[in-house]
Amino acid sequence: MATILAVDDSASMRQMVSFTLKGAGYNVVEAVDGVDALSKAKAQTFDCIVTDVNMPNKDGIELIKDLRAMSNYKFTPMLMLTTEAGMDKKQQGKEAGATGWIVKPFNPDQLLKTIQKVLG
Amino acid sequence: MAQFHQVFFEESFEGLDAMESGLLNLDMGDVDADEINTIFRAAHSIKGGSGTFGFTAVSDFTHVMETLLDEMRDGRRKVTQQAVDVLLGSVDCLREMLKAIQDGGEIDQQSVSKHQMALDSELNGASTAEPMQLPAQHETVGSVAITSSQPFGSEQISGWTIAFSPHLSLLKTGNDPVRMFRELATLGDLTVTADLRGLPDIYQLDPEECHLSWKLDLEGNVPASEVDEIFDWVEDDCDLAKQPIFPDQAFTHASPVSNPPTVENAKPAEIAPVSSQPVTAATEHKDAKKEESKAAAKGSSSIRVDTGKIDTLINMVGELVITQSMLSLVGEHFELSKLDQLKNGLSQLERHTRELQESVMNIRMLPISFVFSRFPRLAHDISGKLGKKIELRLVGEHTEVDKTVVELLSDPLVHLVRNSLDHGIEMPEARLAAGKPETGTVTLEAYHRGGNIVIEVSDDGKGLDRDKLKAKAIEKGLIEPDAILTDKQTYELIFMPGFSTAEKLTDISGRGVGMDVVRRNIQALGGNIEIISTLGKGSTISIHLPLTLAILDGQSVAVGDETYIVPLGSIIESLHAKEESLNRVVGRGETFQLRGQYLPIIRMHEIFNVTTAKHTKLTEGLLVVVEGQGVRCGLFVDDLLGQQQVVIKSLEANYRRVEGVSGATILGDGSVALILDIPGLVRLANQ
Repeated sequence: MATILAVDDSASMRQMVSFTLKGAGYNVVEAVDGVDALSKAKAQTFDCIVTDVNMPNKDGIELIKDLRAMSNYKFTPMLMLTTEAGMDKKQQGKEAGATGWIVKPFNPDQLLKTIQKVLG
Repeated sequence: MAQFHQVFFEESFEGLDAMESGLLNLDMGDVDADEINTIFRAAHSIKGGSGTFGFTAVSDFTHVMETLLDEMRDGRRKVTQQAVDVLLGSVDCLREMLKAIQDGGEIDQQSVSKHQMALDSELNGASTAEPMQLPAQHETVGSVAITSSQPFGSEQISGWTIAFSPHLSLLKTGNDPVRMFRELATLGDLTVTADLRGLPDIYQLDPEECHLSWKLDLEGNVPASEVDEIFDWVEDDCDLAKQPIFPDQAFTHASPVSNPPTVENAKPAEIAPVSSQPVTAATEHKDAKKEESKAAAKGSSSIRVDTGKIDTLINMVGELVITQSMLSLVGEHFELSKLDQLKNGLSQLERHTRELQESVMNIRMLPISFVFSRFPRLAHDISGKLGKKIELRLVGEHTEVDKTVVELLSDPLVHLVRNSLDHGIEMPEARLAAGKPETGTVTLEAYHRGGNIVIEVSDDGKGLDRDKLKAKAIEKGLIEPDAILTDKQTYELIFMPGFSTAEKLTDISGRGVGMDVVRRNIQALGGNIEIISTLGKGSTISIHLPLTLAILDGQSVAVGDETYIVPLGSIIESLHAKEESLNRVVGRGETFQLRGQYLPIIRMHEIFNVTTAKHTKLTEGLLVVVEGQGVRCGLFVDDLLGQQQVVIKSLEANYRRVEGVSGATILGDGSVALILDIPGLVRLANQ
């Protein structure tokens, strides 16, 4: 089963994402911000990244940009969790190399549906 | 979802605290972008979480705050004191809302709509060039979705023809056309035709680029929004054209009948999934509510511990296990030659046990910032209300105190700080007239001294007027008109029941709760409180508290077969009494002279009825000079045994209250020793 890196500075969101994905059989590794995520992504290769956008230290957009530049993450699906209804964050995310986004608030079913969409 | 609620509440309350302190730190003249960003992020997280966990009222409310903060963050809106005050009010309101949800109570709608209005009017105020934003996110999304799906949504269509030409870079965003086609196929019958014309020669082919384009025929009455959703992520990475097919336009290879499941999905005026989500989440929430309030009730007595402390603890236990196995190895085939090893092991065991004990006690320790952190807000609110200029300084916030002390210290401290703000600091004009800076300073300081923690509340205000204090005390009948008091005694008057220094009560200094209650609370914690003041310069109130309430540094003393523990902090010295220093003073019993002072003697064997006492002659035993609440006396005991840390066990909980005894402890040999309550003992002796 695929291994997913879930990045969010909010513990409740992170746990929710991780719990939902684990429940569906995925392996999940959690990271608390972009810096944490980057070091974890270097230590092992993930099949999918799900990241919050607004985080201290390194935000989700920076994280995606950094990951995309790594050879083993060239084509990896990377999803942003965003509450931003405005297009600017999505646009920035896309430019950084994000595959897509999940708009908060979302429920576990929506999350799973989206993950299944990118992981097939 | 309910299992994440507790975490969500915890982090939301933390977020609110961060917002509050961030808002209080904002300097109107020179706004720190990082600070605003931190505040914004906290609001943002709360909004995201509350939306996800189905607390729509909270997420709607936070949305307005977030919008306001977002504009401030981008520099589109000026940061004004008024806006900060409105935001602070909203933080309070939000905290109440979250508490209500957590406890399973009702949200105070009146207060919410009041703050919502304040926020709305701030948002629509003149300080922004932006047009007004809609208050709730889902409305925005909803209305957009309706307009975009309107042209086709209400009409029957039989399918779509889609021309999809990805840009070369499409694959580099992690998107995959095949995946998207698979998804399209779930909406209706899909026919995919690939266009290979863009494919370069095999030698020039870059496998990381996308050279194909496709024509997609989708059959079925599929709403435009569902098709759009699939291409949503790649909108900018491809050329996309979609054409609806109406039933009268015959499909080249399709029957005009739509798939039954698709018809079911296609309700008129389909709204994007995002907008319908809060509704489903809200129903879910109703079911979860009961469980959630149960969980909340359990959460209250938990403690957050720094992971570093846990690591130390685990380390200690590891050491202990090693020592234990070493000792059992020695013990298995013990012979005298191993005596050194045994001694070695035992002393290691002793050290590790002590360290383990310290680490465990350390877990109960919290930084005093848990108490201090509420004061900046208090100072901000009160100075605003009174029209005073006040700077609050916090010193030593990282000083650690026992959890119980932290909890019980809060109320007395609020009272003291309020007093300083309200009565201590003068109005700006009065300060200027007195040649002081316009802004008054109130300092809250915590530090360790010996086995105690000292907390000081000081201000550079007007100080206490001794003559006024005395006059007031006489007027209230607390002292005799001709009483002669030292400075210290005069200041102590404010701690007497029924004494209030304020000429009139304001709504800031609490009614009914006097300094006497503060002092009682502090004493209940085993501490004491004193005040130093200089007229015109300010006052300092110091609170001395024991570091922890569960462990005590004690001196064990022997009286006959009994062992008693004297709190080490109350011992001044121990001595052999000489015949010539002993005295019997009429009405005061036995006394002895110590450097010119006559101190009463308490014969421990008499007070506790110990019949086995070794010594009854004062010159033979020992006198332990102790001090309790400013009164010194000598305890007559047989011998001093040793100093040790003892774990306090409550006598009241296990037996009943005993005068002169504050608790009990279990000694190394398993016997019980009583811990002496020195002030109580002094009282007892005076009766």
